[in-house]
Amino acid sequence: MSHHLVEAENLRHIYPDGTVALRDVSFRITHGESVAVIGANGAGKSTLLLHLNGYLAPTSGGVRIGDLSFTKKTLPEIRRRVGMVFQDPDDQLFMPTVYEDVAFGPVNLGLSASEVETRVQEALEQVGAEHLRERPPYRLSGGEKKRVAIATVLSMAPDILVMDEPTSGLDPFARRRLMELLKDFRHTKIFTSHDLDMVLELCERTIVLHDGEVRADGPTREIFRDDSLLAACRLEKPLSMQGCPVCGSPILKTEKGGGT
Amino acid sequence: MHMADALLSPTVGGTMWAASSSAIAYCSAKVRKGLDDRKVPLMGVLGAFLFAAQMINFSIPGTGSSGHLGGGLLLTILLGPHAAFLTIASVLIVQALFFADGGLLALGCNIFNLGFFPAFVAYPCIYKKIAGERPGQARITVAAVAAAVAGLAMGAFAVVLETVSSGITSLPFSTFVVLMLPIHLAIGIVEGVVTAAVVTFVYKARPEILQGPVETRPVAGHSLRNILLAFLAAAVLTGGVVSWFASGDPDGLEWAIAKTTGKEELKGPEHGIHGMLTALQEKIAFLPDYSFKKPAEAKSEGPGAEGGAKSKGEAKKGEGSKLGTSLSGIVGGLITLVIVFLAGFLLKKRSQAA
Amino acid sequence: MASFEGTILDFKRLDQLATGGTSLHRIDARAKVLVALVFILSVVSFDRYALTALFPFFLYPAVVLALGNLPADYFVKKVALFLPFALAVGMLNPLFDREVMVRLGPFDISGGWVSCASIVVRAILTISAALLLVGVTGFPEICRALERLGVPQTFAVQLLFLYRYIFVLTEEGTRSSRARELRSFGGKGLGIKSYGSLVGHLLLRTWMRADRIHMSMLARGFTGEFHALQPSRFGGRELLFLLGWSALFIVLRLRNVSRLLGSLVTGAPP
Repeated sequence: MSHHLVEAENLRHIYPDGTVALRDVSFRITHGESVAVIGANGAGKSTLLLHLNGYLAPTSGGVRIGDLSFTKKTLPEIRRRVGMVFQDPDDQLFMPTVYEDVAFGPVNLGLSASEVETRVQEALEQVGAEHLRERPPYRLSGGEKKRVAIATVLSMAPDILVMDEPTSGLDPFARRRLMELLKDFRHTKIFTSHDLDMVLELCERTIVLHDGEVRADGPTREIFRDDSLLAACRLEKPLSMQGCPVCGSPILKTEKGGGT
Repeated sequence: MHMADALLSPTVGGTMWAASSSAIAYCSAKVRKGLDDRKVPLMGVLGAFLFAAQMINFSIPGTGSSGHLGGGLLLTILLGPHAAFLTIASVLIVQALFFADGGLLALGCNIFNLGFFPAFVAYPCIYKKIAGERPGQARITVAAVAAAVAGLAMGAFAVVLETVSSGITSLPFSTFVVLMLPIHLAIGIVEGVVTAAVVTFVYKARPEILQGPVETRPVAGHSLRNILLAFLAAAVLTGGVVSWFASGDPDGLEWAIAKTTGKEELKGPEHGIHGMLTALQEKIAFLPDYSFKKPAEAKSEGPGAEGGAKSKGEAKKGEGSKLGTSLSGIVGGLITLVIVFLAGFLLKKRSQAA
Repeated sequence: MASFEGTILDFKRLDQLATGGTSLHRIDARAKVLVALVFILSVVSFDRYALTALFPFFLYPAVVLALGNLPADYFVKKVALFLPFALAVGMLNPLFDREVMVRLGPFDISGGWVSCASIVVRAILTISAALLLVGVTGFPEICRALERLGVPQTFAVQLLFLYRYIFVLTEEGTRSSRARELRSFGGKGLGIKSYGSLVGHLLLRTWMRADRIHMSMLARGFTGEFHALQPSRFGGRELLFLLGWSALFIVLRLRNVSRLLGSLVTGAPP
């Protein structure tokens, strides 16, 4: 199972204009883990994610996916293993119909037409979108778009699912539905999110980024109990924890005024 | 300015289609060979951007009217000539299919007029020469205005040539030129200023976008020659084939042109408009012999055409009187329409019931 | 140009009509594109004074409307929108071409009017052909048909992207434009400088979006080549469709069927 390993070692990335986006990031994620990467805007979350499928190359340090390091030859295989879903589904759904979008990956992998059909059907079923097969993307709701975007990646049978802000822009129902969906996935999951309640529910491990560095890396609950850490990183507790710090039950603190 | 189907003869339209198609094929090959595989989504998305941008209006100072961006020059600055040409062509195709902007026959002309001149002439020969490497705002504005005016003037002149050589409208060449060019000069200035405004904004915000257009090969010179050669070959081929096709047809174009040659214009100033235009025509003496006659004569001397215009004219006169005296054509036409309408109606009923 | 909302609605409507399930819709797109092409070529190849000879050509749009189950009023309205332009162009002819061509009882109709009418009729026919083609085929299918007919892949795929993102970008454009209008208090703020930055912003966002699209393409294994999905079937039905209509158009082009019919009825020699 070592090919599910995601490992970053002293990862450093400096953008062409001189911004230091990542300074010395290291972590190790193993098979089946569900990890959230949280932090303020500009902390380096998206930059980090883009290293995981080789879109960005590190200025120094390295990333490994399983036993593969990033070379031109290994890129296609890495991109098959690491399924990346971006924040704006409109950027991912660029084909005329849902079917073709979900088929894009398998077709690029060189699968035969019948294999492509199987993969697409399975992926659409997994996200509950089979009825959307022939729709053009502009006729999908926000939640539907997100689910289809996930399907476009699932059809490549990835081992690791990486998602940038999965619940952003979703209404409560769509959000809940997406979360149920993600809970069922057996893949290794890596999310970035501002939705700290989702993080609490879905991810047992959290990495906190601030200013391009890893400030904390551990069990989610512990991290959310560390008030000073959260404050220093421009974060705060998830809403559901802003009641009782022990069991998370929603008891509102009256002296602190409406806890938004 | 867009060319209209109504003014275009199939020969000219076909020739321009051949020219545009060759250009599209050439540019596609060039873009494909380039190393940047980002190009295809970029071209498509920028085309959509142009589409959207054309719907946003600005008010032109001093006139009280509003205008919108043409965008050919802007796209060329952003994408380089080959990719820009393809993008412009695709926007025009969408507009023609969905909004009948000009029509499908004229599409070949429009793609060439609005794409070729800004991308392959105005940009490399004028904009780049003036703007240079890292231009300031003033330089960009001057370069953009000059290039836009030049590009539009060439496009407008092409429209005039295409229209006149089509022979469907009776408007004389010099009048047409007088009508078209000043307007396009003005439009060109506005287009240049607006393009410069956008380019300056982008340059200030993200200069790296402008520093290396998506392709790096120089276009002028060698490649331009190839394009022109391809165009020439296509034109000769198409012209020959189409006129061969048309020559067997009694309803030839030659007769139509011969019927309304400069004869009427050169008549005395009996009516106000005619007189005015005749006077205008005489004033614009720099191309005095270029009246409507020329295309007809040129065609009858061209390859594959038959006989002189005169004999055709006589043959057609007989037909004209036939049309004049018989009602058959008109009655038949009405009957046809009724039949067609009934057929459609019945078919629809059937398919709805099915 | 048309308003934003109107334009997007138009696109969506036509796109939706293309998903209809009639037998006409199921015919391979290549056949439909080719037939439309032959139609347009036949119509435009008439000489300037052809008028009644054009009338039989209305059979094609009528049949497509009917068999494709398309809303006639929608298409008639769309075509009617462009008549003023065709008329404006054609109106020049009666001014210059005054030689009498037809005598209808006491009326003398000059060649200029005949050719003007011809221009209008031609415009109606060709515009209908284009719109109906989109209505029964859909733009994406047309792009794919073009590619299979020999149009370079780079161009055809780029057309697909263009179409796909028109929906997204017109919406973005609407939002920006509306925001600007709301702060313009009666139109004073619509100058070129504010236009420059509005469009400039839109352009930058578009550029970054293109980057992200490219990113997601790469993430799904894109290496520069677009692969065709399904093999297309150009079978006997398509051949029949293509040859049948083409033959009809050629016949109609070479023989003035209207006049033939009329002569049958009036007894005059054809």
